[in-house]
Amino acid sequence: MVTSFKTDLLNGIHAFGPSVIRATTTADSFKAALYLASATVNASTTAYSATGEVSGSNYVAGGVAVTTATAPAASGTTAFVTPSASIVFANVTLTTSFDCVLLYNNTAAGKNAVSVHTFTAQTITAGTLTLTMPVNSDTTALIRLA
Amino acid sequence: MALIFTTKGDIEESLLTKTEGNSENETEIVLWQEWVLDGEIVKREVQMHLKQGIQGFPVASF
Repeated sequence: MVTSFKTDLLNGIHAFGPSVIRATTTADSFKAALYLASATVNASTTAYSATGEVSGSNYVAGGVAVTTATAPAASGTTAFVTPSASIVFANVTLTTSFDCVLLYNNTAAGKNAVSVHTFTAQTITAGTLTLTMPVNSDTTALIRLA
Repeated sequence: MALIFTTKGDIEESLLTKTEGNSENETEIVLWQEWVLDGEIVKREVQMHLKQGIQGFPVASF
C-alpha cells in the first residue's frame, strides 16, 4: 500500500463505498466527548452516542470542539494527524469517574466515530480537565496509519 | 488575595487546603490539584498529557 493513500484516507480523498457524498472541500469538524468508566466505548464504537456519556455542571452533551488546524502528514510509511490544540473541558463538575474520550466527526450526519482514547479514571470538581495532545509525529501522533 | 472558583462559589484561596499530585504510565502523564474546605473537596482539576495516540494498520496483501 502506498503511503500517500494513508494520508489520503485522513484527508477523505477516497470513497470505495457508494454511500459517501462529500459536498464540501473544507475540512470536517470534530468533537470530543467524555465517557464514564462504566460505559462501553471501544474499537467497536461506530458513532457518538449520549449513552454512557458524562454529565454534570457546564458539560454540554456531545462534548467540545476539537481543533484540527494541522493537516495530516506522513513520515516513513506512517500517515498521522493530531489535534492542533489541547482539548479543554472548562469549569466542569463531573463527579462520576470517567476514563475515555471519543473523537467523532461532527460534520458527518451519523456523527461517525474516529477514535477512542482511554486513560486513568478521573473526576473533576468545579475545575478544568485539559487533555494535552501528544507530539504530532509518525510514532506518537494521536491518530496514525502505519 | 486570590479568589478561586469552587463548588461553593468563589472562595479566597488561602482558606483552602491545596493538594497536588501526579502519576505517569506508558500512555499518559497526569497532574492534578485538589482544594479542600472543611474536609470537602470543593475543586479538582486535572491536566493529562497524552504521550501517544493509537495506531491502525491498513494492511495490503495478496
